[in-house]
Formats: sequence, structure tokens, C-alpha cells
Amino acid sequence: MSLLLDVRNLTKKFGGLTAVGDVALGIEEHSISAIIGPNGAGKTTFFNLLTGIYKPDSGTMSFNGRSLVGLRPDQVNAAGMARTFQSIRLFPSMTVLENVMVGMHSRLNISLITTLLRTEAFKEQEQHVRQKASDLLRFVGLGGKGDEVSRNLPYGDQRRVEIARALASDPKLILLDEPTAGMNPQESASAMNLFSRVRDELGVTVVLIEHDMKVVMGVSEHISVLDYGQKIAEGTPAAIRANARVIEAYLGRRAAGTTENIETEEVNS
Amino acid sequence: MVTKSVSPSPWASLRNVVKQPVVAGVLLVVYLLIATFILSNLNRRDLWFPLYSTLTFPMLVLAPFLILAAPLRVQIKALLIVVVLFLIIPYLGIRDSSYLELIIQICIFAGLALGLNIVVGFAGLLDLGYIAFFAVGAYTWGMVSSQANTIFYINGWLVSGAAFYGFIFIGVGVAALVGILLGLPVLRLRGDYLAIVTLGFGEMIRVIANNLDKPINLTNGSQGLFNVGHPPVPPFLFNAVVSAQGTLGLPTDNAEPLAQQLLFYVIGIVMVAVIIVVARRLDNSPIGRAWTAIREDEVAAIAMGVPLVRMKLMAFAMGASFAGAIGVLYGAKQTFVSPESFSLIQSISILAMVIVGGIGGIRGALFGAVIVTLLNLLVLKNMSLQINALRNVDFIVPLINFHIRDWPTQLEPAKYERFIFGLLLIVMMIFRPAGLLPEPRRRMEMKAGSDDVEDSPTPAEEPAATAAQPDAGNV
Repeated sequence: MSLLLDVRNLTKKFGGLTAVGDVALGIEEHSISAIIGPNGAGKTTFFNLLTGIYKPDSGTMSFNGRSLVGLRPDQVNAAGMARTFQSIRLFPSMTVLENVMVGMHSRLNISLITTLLRTEAFKEQEQHVRQKASDLLRFVGLGGKGDEVSRNLPYGDQRRVEIARALASDPKLILLDEPTAGMNPQESASAMNLFSRVRDELGVTVVLIEHDMKVVMGVSEHISVLDYGQKIAEGTPAAIRANARVIEAYLGRRAAGTTENIETEEVNS
Repeated sequence: MVTKSVSPSPWASLRNVVKQPVVAGVLLVVYLLIATFILSNLNRRDLWFPLYSTLTFPMLVLAPFLILAAPLRVQIKALLIVVVLFLIIPYLGIRDSSYLELIIQICIFAGLALGLNIVVGFAGLLDLGYIAFFAVGAYTWGMVSSQANTIFYINGWLVSGAAFYGFIFIGVGVAALVGILLGLPVLRLRGDYLAIVTLGFGEMIRVIANNLDKPINLTNGSQGLFNVGHPPVPPFLFNAVVSAQGTLGLPTDNAEPLAQQLLFYVIGIVMVAVIIVVARRLDNSPIGRAWTAIREDEVAAIAMGVPLVRMKLMAFAMGASFAGAIGVLYGAKQTFVSPESFSLIQSISILAMVIVGGIGGIRGALFGAVIVTLLNLLVLKNMSLQINALRNVDFIVPLINFHIRDWPTQLEPAKYERFIFGLLLIVMMIFRPAGLLPEPRRRMEMKAGSDDVEDSPTPAEEPAATAAQPDAGNV
């Protein structure tokens, strides 16, 4: 089966720190995959490299048969890869609907002349944008909330708006950065349902970074584990659960002696 | 307390009465009639004329804003505004052309404020050199029509006054082009850095204008371009002015310059109207949404497919083109274009108009331009005139027995323009930080402060800045 996203030898260094080191990753089309790892493992940096927010020091990224290296974030979005952010980054004072409408930017025909003359084509496009944005809001379970200012929405709903906004560009692949962070168990469960529907109903491949193991194990078919910027394991949820290195990375790290390690030990004792 | 909550206060019930369309309409008409009546009966030779005109003229200029705010149907509002703009003001202008002059100045500054509002208000790009584009427009027209000893004059390349209308569009094009050329290198910067660099570019344009008299004389250097051409007065307008003056029983000897002023007035109003329509259409479009997105969160915007540099350039070019068009009008109106007119303080004045009115909103920018221009060119100036007039007649303030003659000339209000300006801005920032007529979205942004946008990871253009905090988003 062909890979939708094929990353090889991807490396990013910040000064002396290797945030992402020689990582290889393949994502199959129509799959739901997860990337997990302790805090600071380089997961978000990996997403930022994929989406062009950071430039990799070395390595290749090919998406849908096309190299992503050197593309700007907006070009990555136009190429069919959309994302959400770990710390919610909605446009706070725009309405929910407007937020989703902005997400369609790369698919729109934007011309100064039609905008100023308000041609039929322009009006039709605006109509279409509005319609599609409200359809997407209904899809993520926010039907009827389009006119609310996005800042005023509860936290869980804001995450849903981010997903709708990312879906607005008709992506082939959507990167979700800790999409259930800060959610309670019920919200997480319905978010998991949403991720499955994104894949099943819209046919969008899903890659998520997640800390909530219930979500990771429940929804993903393939898991990659990062630690200190290295990929230490990958496989099915069952295989990852049994993997000794993963357990070590999460629970015991005696040799490393980081502060995180000390905290873990304190909790354990 | 209890009674208050049961029965509405007299103030609230009065408001309810005024909110009825019929009442509001009648009140507006009465208001307009009173303002027109007072203004048409003011006598320039009256001792208190400056004070009276300071008090009443703003009534008329602010009338369009009142009309817009009134609970009336759009057609009625439009009708009332047309009556104010094309009946009352020309009528008063024919009686006293200084009113026309003032309103032309307001149109010029309103156009500039609306243009700057696109850059600063819509896209959130702080541009401190905006006046440069205004200069480009003014010089574009000035160079090809001035009688100064420039290469255009020497070689007989001057164009006729009628070319003015075409040069409005050329001014738009040239200013937009300069906007793009300046924008390309600087728009990768953000916030304070962008402000400083645009400030530098603004000064550059002024210095270039000051020095382009050698080796080839293009701008006539610091002497400026004088006798700049103006559009010819159409005969029907001249005849209309003469017959209006005849009807009003006024002398017809100044019909020519008056018709010229009236022409500039109409051009100014039309230009501002076009700019308003363009700004509104931009705001309410994918382009406007992209600008708002960039202003609120650049990283999110670019990740959602908004091409940052292209959209910022578009904002820069649109703002610049408005200034270019207005600059052509300014050159023709003043008949004199010199580098001094385009100083940093002018850029700041226009920015202050946008801020005073309410940044990000079209009505706010207009309102700010009107208020600040009135303050500068009417209120402060007239207060100085008033003091002088009283000084000449040795007026003594009753009760405190103060001789106006003893008022020191250093304390003339007109000299305190910047001081009062600064004071106004400080008071504004304390009590109405989002402006006098704030745009709802902006008010919201101000309230939230800069909580979540400050420590965002930087986009791809500036990877060096992120080196200090790797994986910033992963906290």
C-alpha cells in the first residue's frame, strides 16, 4: 500500500539540542495514527516541521507524492495537510463561522477585482464558503453556534472549531496536536468518535499527538513513540503497550536523571 | 432602588421616545435646519464670530454621523446625507467659502485615515511612514503639471488640467507600486520592527523629494512645486454658482475661485465615498477575513493557508493607493507641493485620527479624521482668532476683571495644537482605549489584551528567534 506521508531521516536541532533526530515515519492513506511520547519528546516540533513552521536541518518529507521540504505553511496547507494547535489558536474575536471560513482560504479564488466589483462569481463563492463552513460546524457538533464569538465558547468546543477550521481546506491529512487535552472523559469519548468520523465519513487521514492513553489506544491503528527526539518504537496499540522501551520511557528513566524522572519517582514512592 | 427598577428612569424613557423613527427623523431635520440657520446668519465681522462658528460648524459636519446612527430606513438616511452634502454645505459654502475649504481638508484627511485604517486597522501592520504614499500621489500630479522649473516644464511635457482625472488613477497605480516595493523587504518584520522600518521609509521618500532637483530637476527640491495644475471648472458649475449667488443676493465677482472650490469639494466627497465603498467591500470578503486572521494570530493564519506576505502586501498596496489618489487631489487643491508637507508628524497625525475614531472600523476612522481635523483647523485656530479679536477691542472679562490684552501671545491656542492633541490621546487611552466609535471586534481584542499572542512560536521566516525556546508549543 502506498504511503500518503513518507518522512525519512528528519532532523531538527535547536542549538545543541536535537529536538527531532533522524526520525522516519510512514502514514498510510485512510489510517488513524498516533504519535506519543513524554513531554519534550519532539512531537510538536515534528508537526511544525511537517507543516513548514520550522525548516528541517536534514531529511526528506514526501506527501502525496510531493516533497514538503522548503514549503511555507500556507503552501503545505494548500498541498492538502491541515493542522490544529496544542494551545488553541483560534482567531479569538472572529465568530466561529468566520474562523472556519478563513480555513478555506487556500481553496478560494481570491481576486481584488471580483472582490471590489462584487461579481456574480464572487457572491457565489461567498455563498458556497458560508454554506460549507456551517456544514462543517454541524459535522463537528457545533451546528447553530456559528455566530458566537469563538473566544466565548467553552474549551472543548474551541477544539472542535479548530478541527472544523482545519477540515475547511479539504485536506487529505489532518494533524491534531493533543486534541483532547483539557477535556473530561465524556468530552474525550465524543472527540474520539469525531476523529473516527473524520476518517470514515470525510475520508481524511488522521495523525494525532496525544497523551491520553485511552484515546490513543481506543482510536488509533498505528502508534509511533518519540523520546528525546528519537523514534523508539512503532506498531499496533497492542504491540506498543507491551514494548519494554516505551514502558521505560514513560515510567522509569533512572539512567537519564531528569526532573521529570524525579517527579515520577516521588509519585511512585 | 425598588421604584427605580419598576418604572424606567426619565432618561431611559426619553431614549425610548427618541428611538422611534418618526421622532428621530423630525429631530434630525430640526437639528439640520437650526445648524443651517445659525451658520447662514453668522457675520464674519461680528466680534464673537470665531466662537460662534466653532460652536455651530461642527454641528453640521457631525450631522452625517448622527444620521447614520439614527433608527431610520437606509433610503431615508441616504437622502438626508445627500441633502447635507449636496444642498446645505454647498449653500453655506457659496455664502462663505472657508467652510468649503475646511470640508475639503476633512475629505483629504478622511481619505488618508481610511487608507491607513486598512493597513493598521484591518491587517494590524503598524505603518509610521504612511504619509510617503500621500507624497507620491501629490508629486505624481505636481511634477507633470507644475510651472516650476522642472525637466517636465523645460521640455514642455506638462499636461493640461483636464488630465487631473486620469492622474487620480495614475496616482493610485504609482502609490500602490511604491507600496509593494517598500512592502516586499519590510513586511517580513512584525510589530515594533515594522513600525521603525516604515518610519524610515517615510522619511526616505521625503528626503528623496527634497533632493531630486539635481542632476535632473524632477521635484524642484526644497523649493517645492508651485503653480500645480488644477482641473478646469466645468461651465455649468460656474453658471450654477453665478446664478446661486445672484439668487442669494451675493456679489458674483468671486464666482470663479468659488466654483473651483466647489469642484474640489465634490471631487473630495466622491473620492471619500469611493474609498468607503472599497474599504467596506474589502473588509467583508475573504481578503478582509484573511487580514483579520493575520492581525489576530499570524501563525494560525499562515497554517490555515493564508499566504502572509501576499496578503500583507495587498493591505499595504491598498492603503497606499488610497493615499496616492488623495495625494493627487491635495496637490491640485493646494497648488503647491513641497517636502515639508510630508513630515513624520503628519503620519502620526493620521495614525492618531484612526486611533481617536476607533481603529479597525470605517466609521471610526472617518469620525476620527473629522474630529481631529476640526480640532486642528477650526477649534484651535478660531480660539486664537477669538482672542486676537477680543484683544483688539480691549475686551475685559467680567467678574475677574481680566484684560484679554494681557493674555500672553505665547499662550495662543493654535500654538498648543500638539499639546492638546497629546492630552486628548492620553485621555482617550484612559477612558476609551478602543476609540470614540469602536469597532466591536477591536473592542474585544483590546479587552483581552495581549494574553496569548505574545509568546507564540515564530513562523518560518525567523527560525533564529525560536532557537532559544525549542518546541515552544510543547509546554
